[in-house]
Amino acid sequence: MAPDLSVSLGPLRLKSPVMCASGTFGFGEEYTDYLDLSQLGAVVTKTITLQPREGNPPPRLAETPAGLVNSIGLANPGLEVFLREKLPFLRRRRVPVVVSIAGNTVEEYAELARALEGTAGIAAVEANISCPNVKEGGRLFGSRPATAADVTRVIRRSTSLPLLVKLPPLFPGLMEVAGAVEEAGADALAVTNTLPAMVIDVQARRPVLGAGTGGLSGPAIRPVAVYLVWQVATAVRLPLIGMGGIATASDALEFLIAGASAVAVGTATFGNPRAMVEISTGIAAYLEERGMSNLREIIGSLRPGGCS
Amino acid sequence: MATLEKGEIIANRCLAGPYWEIAVRLPQVAVAARPGQFVHVRCGAGLWPLLRRPFSLFAVDREAGEIRLVYQVKGTGTLALTKKQPGEELDVMGPLGLGFPLEPGLRKIWLVGGGVGMAPLYFLAREAAASGLTCDVFLGAVTAAGLLHQELWRGVAARLELATEDGTAGHKGVVTDLVETVLRGNRPAAIYACGPLGMSRRLAVMAAAAGVTGYASLESRMACGVGACQGCAVRLKDGSYRLVCRDGPVFRLEEVEGEPDGP
Repeated sequence: MAPDLSVSLGPLRLKSPVMCASGTFGFGEEYTDYLDLSQLGAVVTKTITLQPREGNPPPRLAETPAGLVNSIGLANPGLEVFLREKLPFLRRRRVPVVVSIAGNTVEEYAELARALEGTAGIAAVEANISCPNVKEGGRLFGSRPATAADVTRVIRRSTSLPLLVKLPPLFPGLMEVAGAVEEAGADALAVTNTLPAMVIDVQARRPVLGAGTGGLSGPAIRPVAVYLVWQVATAVRLPLIGMGGIATASDALEFLIAGASAVAVGTATFGNPRAMVEISTGIAAYLEERGMSNLREIIGSLRPGGCS
Repeated sequence: MATLEKGEIIANRCLAGPYWEIAVRLPQVAVAARPGQFVHVRCGAGLWPLLRRPFSLFAVDREAGEIRLVYQVKGTGTLALTKKQPGEELDVMGPLGLGFPLEPGLRKIWLVGGGVGMAPLYFLAREAAASGLTCDVFLGAVTAAGLLHQELWRGVAARLELATEDGTAGHKGVVTDLVETVLRGNRPAAIYACGPLGMSRRLAVMAAAAGVTGYASLESRMACGVGACQGCAVRLKDGSYRLVCRDGPVFRLEEVEGEPDGP
C-alpha cells in the first residue's frame, strides 16, 4: 500500500507535504501546462500587498553556481486584482490555496488578513516577514522577536484562517524570533527565505542587479536552510515548512528528517516544472522502501551524529 | 499550448566563431510554434547552469517535427549547450511567449536583424513568404563571420542589405544606418526587428519619425519563462514594466523606449 503522505500544519490539512515556495509559482495558472495542481500539497501564491507593486528595476536576476540571486521586489497586482482575477482560477483547482501577504506596516498585514477572512477558497495565510528586496516592511519585521510577534498577533486577531509565518534566515537570533512568533499565535513556521546576497560585474564595477542587492536561493543555500530548520525545530513545538534549495526527494527528506513537517520547492521548478510532483513521488518511494506507512515516521527522525 | 518535451538532438554544430546551430526533434513544440516565440532549454545536466536558457526559434519543420535554434555562446548556459551531442536528449519547454503578428493586408515588410537576433526573423520570413508577403531584409553584425546563413536569407529576401561594424562585408557601420538611408525613399508596411536593445531603441525612434509601425523582440535574463517569477521585466516607453516571457518577447516598436537624450 502506498504510504500516507498527508500532514497537518496546525489546522491546515495537506494530502502531500510538497508545496511551492511563494514567488516561484505565480498564481498557479502559469504552470498548468506542465502539471496538475491538485497533485501538490498546496499552492502558495506570490506575495500580495494591498496596492499593486511594480517591483524593482531590472536586471532582477543573476545566476550563480548552483544558485539564483533575485531582486523582484514583491511585484504583484495587489489585493483587489488578486481576489477578482487570480483567486477564482485557483479556487477551482482542488488544491489548498495559501495566500502570502506582506505589508509596509503592521496595520497593512491586518487589513490584508481581514480581507481574506471572509473569502471562499482560501486555506491559509502566510505572512511574509522575510523579503530581503523591499525597503519597508519585509525582512525588517522578521528580524526581531518583538516586531515579528507584533505582526503575528495582529494577523491572528484579524483572521481565523490558519496562519503560517515565513521567517528570514538569521545568524544568530532565529530561535528567539521563532519562539516569539509561536507565542503570538502562529500555526506553523516557514523556514527559510532567500539569503541576502550580491553579485558584482567586475568589468563595470557595478552591482549586476538593478536594485544593487538581492536574495540567494537554489541548491547553494540548502545546507544553510537545513541547519536553520533543524535549529528552529529544537526551539518551537509548531510544525515547520522547510525550504531552501530543494531540488530532489533526497533534498526534501533532509528537511523532513531535520524536523520539518512539510517542504516547499522554489527555484528548482524553474529548471524542472515537474519537480514538485517528482519529489512527492520520491518521498513515497523512500518511505515504502523502508516499510514506513506514514510520513510522520520520518519527520524529525534525525539520529545522533558522529561515527556509527 | 506549451509543453515540456524531451527530444533527440539531430545536429549541433558551430556556424562561425561563437555562433552555433542545434536541431532537435520536438514534434509537439514544432506543431504549435509561431515566429517570434521562444523555447526554454535545459542546457546542462547539473546545477550550473541551474536555470534554463531562452532561445527564439530559427526554423521549424512541422512535417518532420523538428526545430532549429541559432545561438551565440555567451556564458555558462550556452557553453554547456555546445557540449550536447547528436543522439542525446534535449529538455525543452515551449513554445512560449507572444510572437510576431502578421496582420492581414500587409504586402511588404522589412526585417531588421542584429547579430544572432536574425534567428527569429528567418522563421518569420519563411512564414511571411508562404502567405505571399515580400520581405526586405537588413542584417548587421560586428564582422562578416557574424552574418549567418546568408545563402538561406537570399532564398527568402526580396532585397538583402548587409552591414558590418568593421566593414568586412556590406555597408560599414551599424544596420540601423542602412535602414535610415533606405527609409528616406521607401516605406514598408511594417518593420520587424530583433537584435541588441540599442538597435531596437534606435529603430523605434526612426520608425516613429517615418510613421511606420513595427515590432521588436526583446531579451532579458529569465528564470521561469512562463510569467510566474517576474524576473525578466523590461521597462517600456510608458515607464511600466512588462515581462519578456509572457508579455513578449515581441513588443510593438511604439512601446519600446527610444534612444535616451544626449550622448
